[in-house]
Amino acid sequence: MQLFPCPFCGPRDETEFHFGGEAGKVRPEPAAEVDAARWSRYLHVNANPRGATREIWVHATCGEFFLMERDTVTHAVIGSQSLRGEQR
Amino acid sequence: MSPSRIVNPAGTTIPFTFDGRPYAGVAGDTIASALLANGVRIVGRSFKYHRPRGIWGAWTEEPNALADVTLDGRTTPNLRATTEPLAAGMAVRSVNAAPSAEGDRGAFLDRFSAFIPAGFYYKTFLWPDWHLFEPRIRAMAGLGRLDPDNRPAADWPQINATCDVLVVGAGPAGLAAAKAAAGAGRTVILIDDRPQAGGSLLHRGGTVDGMPGADWAATIAGDLASAGHRLLTGTTAYGIYDHDLVCAWQRRPGRADAQWKIRAKRIVVTAGAIERPLVFADNDRPGVMSADAALYYLRRHGVLVGSRVVVAANNSSAAAVAGALAAAGAAVTLADLRADATAPAGVALRKAAAVEAVHGRRGVEAVTVGGERIAADALLVSGGWTPTVHLFCQARGKLRYDDRRAAFVPGDPVAGMAVAGAANGRFSLAEALAEGWRAGGGEGAAPVAGDAEAAFAVVPAWPKAGAKGRQWIDLQNDVTLKDVALAARENFRSVEHLKRYTTLGMATDQGKTSNMNGLAAMAAITGSSIEATGTTTYRPPFVPVPFGIVAGRRRGQLFNPVRRLVLEDAHRAAGAVFREYGGWLRPAWYGAGSEAGEVAREASLARQTVGILDGSPLGKIEVMGPDAGALVDFNSYSTLSTLKPGRIRYGFMLTEGGVVYDDGVVSKVSDEHYIVSCSSGHVPGVAARLEEWRQDRFDPARVFVHNSTLQWATLTATGPRSRQLVAALDLGIDLSDEALPHMAFAEGAFEGRPARVARVSFTGERSYEVSVAVSQAHRLLAAMMEAGRPLGAFPLGSEALLLLRAEKGYLIAGKDTDGTTMPHDLGVTGPRDKRKDEFVGKRSLATDNARDGARRQFVGLAVDGCEPLPTGAHGVDRSGGRTRSIGYVTSSYFSPALGRPIALGLIERGLSRLGETVEIVHLGRALTARIAAPCAFDPDGARLSAPDGAIAVGAPASPRTVAAAITPPFDRGRRWAPIPDWRSAGLFRDGWTAKRVLGLGQTLVSGRLADAVAALAPGAAEVGLFGIAEGAPQLVRIARDRALVVRDEPSDIAAAVGGAGFVATRADDVFAVFELGGPGLRGLLAEMVTADLDAGSRSAATLACGVPVLLYRTTVDRARLHVEAAFAAYLWRWLETRP
Repeated sequence: MQLFPCPFCGPRDETEFHFGGEAGKVRPEPAAEVDAARWSRYLHVNANPRGATREIWVHATCGEFFLMERDTVTHAVIGSQSLRGEQR
Repeated sequence: MSPSRIVNPAGTTIPFTFDGRPYAGVAGDTIASALLANGVRIVGRSFKYHRPRGIWGAWTEEPNALADVTLDGRTTPNLRATTEPLAAGMAVRSVNAAPSAEGDRGAFLDRFSAFIPAGFYYKTFLWPDWHLFEPRIRAMAGLGRLDPDNRPAADWPQINATCDVLVVGAGPAGLAAAKAAAGAGRTVILIDDRPQAGGSLLHRGGTVDGMPGADWAATIAGDLASAGHRLLTGTTAYGIYDHDLVCAWQRRPGRADAQWKIRAKRIVVTAGAIERPLVFADNDRPGVMSADAALYYLRRHGVLVGSRVVVAANNSSAAAVAGALAAAGAAVTLADLRADATAPAGVALRKAAAVEAVHGRRGVEAVTVGGERIAADALLVSGGWTPTVHLFCQARGKLRYDDRRAAFVPGDPVAGMAVAGAANGRFSLAEALAEGWRAGGGEGAAPVAGDAEAAFAVVPAWPKAGAKGRQWIDLQNDVTLKDVALAARENFRSVEHLKRYTTLGMATDQGKTSNMNGLAAMAAITGSSIEATGTTTYRPPFVPVPFGIVAGRRRGQLFNPVRRLVLEDAHRAAGAVFREYGGWLRPAWYGAGSEAGEVAREASLARQTVGILDGSPLGKIEVMGPDAGALVDFNSYSTLSTLKPGRIRYGFMLTEGGVVYDDGVVSKVSDEHYIVSCSSGHVPGVAARLEEWRQDRFDPARVFVHNSTLQWATLTATGPRSRQLVAALDLGIDLSDEALPHMAFAEGAFEGRPARVARVSFTGERSYEVSVAVSQAHRLLAAMMEAGRPLGAFPLGSEALLLLRAEKGYLIAGKDTDGTTMPHDLGVTGPRDKRKDEFVGKRSLATDNARDGARRQFVGLAVDGCEPLPTGAHGVDRSGGRTRSIGYVTSSYFSPALGRPIALGLIERGLSRLGETVEIVHLGRALTARIAAPCAFDPDGARLSAPDGAIAVGAPASPRTVAAAITPPFDRGRRWAPIPDWRSAGLFRDGWTAKRVLGLGQTLVSGRLADAVAALAPGAAEVGLFGIAEGAPQLVRIARDRALVVRDEPSDIAAAVGGAGFVATRADDVFAVFELGGPGLRGLLAEMVTADLDAGSRSAATLACGVPVLLYRTTVDRARLHVEAAFAAYLWRWLETRP
C-alpha cells in the first residue's frame, strides 16, 4: 500500500487517490487547427517511462489535482507539488 | 516404543479425534504434540506417492503434518498440526489419505514411483486433452479437502497502526532490540507468531543478564507492555508491501482474528532461523524429525519423541538436543559429521559419521551409521540453519551466501530495515543479543548471555549428485534428488524453472525446509556454486493466511456501500420493492403483485393521472463564480451560457475522445450560477471532471464547484394531472405555461423554506421536479400524496420510469450508448457543426472515425406480435456471403400505452434506414425488426404541455395479500437493514459510544476562506484531521480553498451566496454527523481510518470504512465524523456490527 503526498493534506494512503494522467501534456487547440496525428498523440500516446515519471493525480478526499514525481520501478515517491507550485 | 508424554500436567484432558479414532491431549498442546504424546507416528500421506509421513517440525516450517480440522461445525483444510492449538471436540483428518493415514488405499502408488517422476503427468496426459484426466489425478494426488459449505466468520477487523520501531520476532534478538528502542524513547510494536514471547529461550534455555532465559523474556515483555508499547503475540507478520507497509495476521483467542497494517519508521527483522534436514536415502520415514523440534516437544510439551534415539547432525547445535533427551531418559547416539564434534555426558558419540540407511517402512526401526546398525525409534536430524529472511527479501533485499555458516544471509542493507540474530546468521545466544540490541538502536552494554557457549560451528552437508536411493528434498511436494537431476537434464536449471517443473518449494510450506537443499542439489548437479545458483523469489505471504483477514469486514451489506434515500422508510411503508440503480438503493416498483403487473400498472397510470417519483439522487452540482458559464460551456457539448436565467437545457457531456459520457440538464440561475443535473450514477464523476478542468484550465479563484446533490430532496410529479398536484402545494410559483414553460424552473417556498420547481420530463408527460431541503423531504412527500389523493396520484418506481422513457425514445447514457457512441450517432449534430469555441471532445468529432458513414446510430426497433426483442440481441448482415453484427438491442419493453413491444438499439447507418427490416439474432433464434424513429409514443410531444388531464382513470390493480415471489436484483427491503431512527439511535459499547448529532448548521465555503469566515462565521476556529476544535463555530478544513463552517444551530444563509472571492452553499443535510467518544476512540478509529491521525494533516477530509468523511475532535476523546449523508446508514451498520 503506497503513501502519496498530497501537497495540501500530506501523506495519505493510495486508496484516497486517483490517477489523472501523464503530466506535461498541453491540450492542442483550437480544434480546427489540430491535425489528426497531433490530437491522437494528445489522446493516446504516453511515454510510460521505466523509472522516474511525472504524473497528475487527484487526492479524491480533498479534490486537489497535483503533480507527482515517482519511480515506476521502485514505486518510490520523489515528490509532489500543487498545480500552482506549492511543494511537498 | 512410541513417543510418550513424560511430564503429565495437572488439569483436565482435551478430547479429540484423529482419522476418526478418539484421543486426549492436555492444555497447551498443539495438534502435533497431542498426536506425538498419543504415539501416533503416521500423520498423513504424501502429495503424490502416498508415502506414510510423520511429524518433522514443531512450527510453521512443517511440511508433512497437514490436517483438515473440523471444530464447531466448520472445517478448515490444510492446517498445520504443529501450529494449531488443540481444542476440545476437534475432529482432525489427515490429508491425501483414505480411509486413514495409517491404512491408506492409495499407498500402492509408491510402487509405481519410478514411472511417475516430475513432469510425468504433463508429458503423459497431453492427448487428447489434459482436462479429461485431470479430475481423476486430482483425486489421487493433493492435499486437504475444501468444504464447500464452509462459511468462515465475516467480522475480522483490519487495524491500522503506526510506530517508530517494528520488531518482528520476540526471540532473544527481538527482545533485545525492543528493549533498546523503548529505552531510547521510541514507540515499539513487537510481534511474534507464537503464543508467548521468548523464541528459542523458551526451549533451548540459556541465561540472560543473570536470569533464566524464559524469565528474562517475560520481564522484558512485561516492561514493554507496562510502558505502553504493543506486544502482539500469536501474530504473524506475513508480508511487507509497497512503501514498507507490514501486514500481520493476529489470532486472538476467543475473539475474531484481525489483520494489522503497520507503518513503522524502522523495521527490525529478528525472525530467527529454521532447521534444515539432511538428505539421505529414505529420509522421509516417520520418526525422522528435526532435532530442534524434538527438543521443543520435550521442553514445551513434556513429550519425549523416542526412547532409543539417533541424532544426526553437521553442526554444533544438536549436541544440546542429544544431551536433553538423554537426561530425559532416552538412549541417545549422536552421529556428527564433524571430526572434532563433542557430546554431552550420557550421549554416545560417533564423530565424522553420516547416516547411511534408515530401516523400517512405516517408521524408523534402526539407523545405519558408519556401517553400524543402531536400533532406534527416532532419528533426529540437524542439517544446519536457514535464516528466516522473507521480509528482508520481500523488501527487495539481496542475499549473500555465507560459507562459514552454510546459509544465505542478508547482503547489503535495505533502507529503514535491520536484520539481526539468527535471521542474520548469528546463531549463538550471545551474538543474537548483541546484534539485536544494536539493531534496536541500543547504546552501551547489550544484554549478556550467561553460559559460556561455544561458537556455532557447521560443516556443509549438501545433497550429492548421483547419490543412491530415494533421497527426499521436498517432503510436501514429493520431490527427490532424482527429480532435481531430471529437471537439470531437461534444462530446467534456473531455480525458478526447477520450482515450476518439479513443484519444489511450492504449496503451503513454500519450501521452508526444502529450498536450500533443492538449490544446493541443483548446484551440485550442474557443477555450479550455491551462490551462483541462488534462491527463488520470496513473496508474501510467509504462511498461508485465511482470506477472511484480507477481506476483513467487507462482506454482505458492508461489501460495496450503496447510497440510501432519505425517504427510504416512506417507500418501505408504501410497499416498495428495491433495486440498486447507479449506486443508489431505489424503489423499483410498489405493491405486492408481480413485477410485470405492477410495472405495467404504474406505467399506464402515469399517462392517465400523476405519479410521484423520488428523484433525489439526480445530480445537483452547483457551478458558481464569474467564470461559471465558461466552465459549463467547456464541459458540455451544447452551449449553456446563452440560456436565459430560469431556463434549462438538455445536453451531453463528452469525453476527450468525443464519446458520450453522460447526459443531463443544466439550469441557469444567473450568469454566475448554474446547476448541473447529471444522471444519478454519474454525480461523483461529473463533479470530479468539473473540478479537474476548474483547476487545470480556469482561474480557480473565479469559478467554484459545489456538489449539493445531498442537500436537496427531489420529488417529481409526472402525468397529465401533475400541475394540479403541484398547484395544491401552494409554493408561491406561477405554474401557467407562459410563466413556467417546459424546460424552465422557478424558485418558491415550501412551508416557509426555499423550494425549487423545474419543468423537465423523462416520461413525455407534463412533469414538475420539486426540490426542498432534505430535512423537509418527509413533509413534502406527505403533502404531495395528500394533494394527489383526489387526482389518483400514486408512487412511481424506477422500472416504470425506464419503460416510460423508452416509449419516448429518451436514452440512458451507458445503457443505450456504449464506449463508441458520439452525439451525432444520437442525431444531435448542431453543436458539432456550429460551435466555434472549444469544448471537451470537440476535435474527436472531426476524425475519420467520427465521420465514418457506417457508424452505429440510435434508433427504435419495431416488431410484429407481442413478444419484446431480447435486450442485447444483435442485428446481423449476411450480405457478401459472411455474417456480421451491425449493432444490438439496448432497451426493450412491452409498452402498455401502445399495446405492443418497443425497443431501442444502436444499428449501423440506422438513421438513414428508417422503415427497413433488419434480421435480429439471439441465442440461435432469428427474428426480424423494423427500424423506426426512437420515439414511439406521442412523437410530436404534445403531451408535455397538454391541458391538465381529465382522462379517465384506469382500474387500479387488485390488492393482494400475499406478496408475489421476486428474485434478485430486486428485493422487498430485506437484504438491506432499514435505516435507523436517527433521533433515538445510539451505540454504547465497551470503551466507546456512537450517536448521530442532529440539527448542526453546515455551510460549504470555497474561495478566499478568510473572507468567508469574516462574513459568515467570525471567530470560527480552523481544524484539520483529528485536530481539536473546542467551541463553535468551527471551520473544518477540506481543501486548499474549501472548508465547512459548522455551527450548533442550522444555518440561516440563503441556499447559495456569493461574496467577493468566495461562495457559500447550505450543506446542513449534505453530511450526516456522528459523534464517537470514549477511551476506546483511538482503537475504534484505527479500524476505520488508514490516515495517520497523529501526523497533523491540515485537511479533515479522509476515508472512513471506505467512504468520504471529515474527521476532527471537539474534546480529547470525542470525535465528530461528517459523512456523506447517503452513506450514513452504511457507516452506522459498520459501527453497529463491529465485533
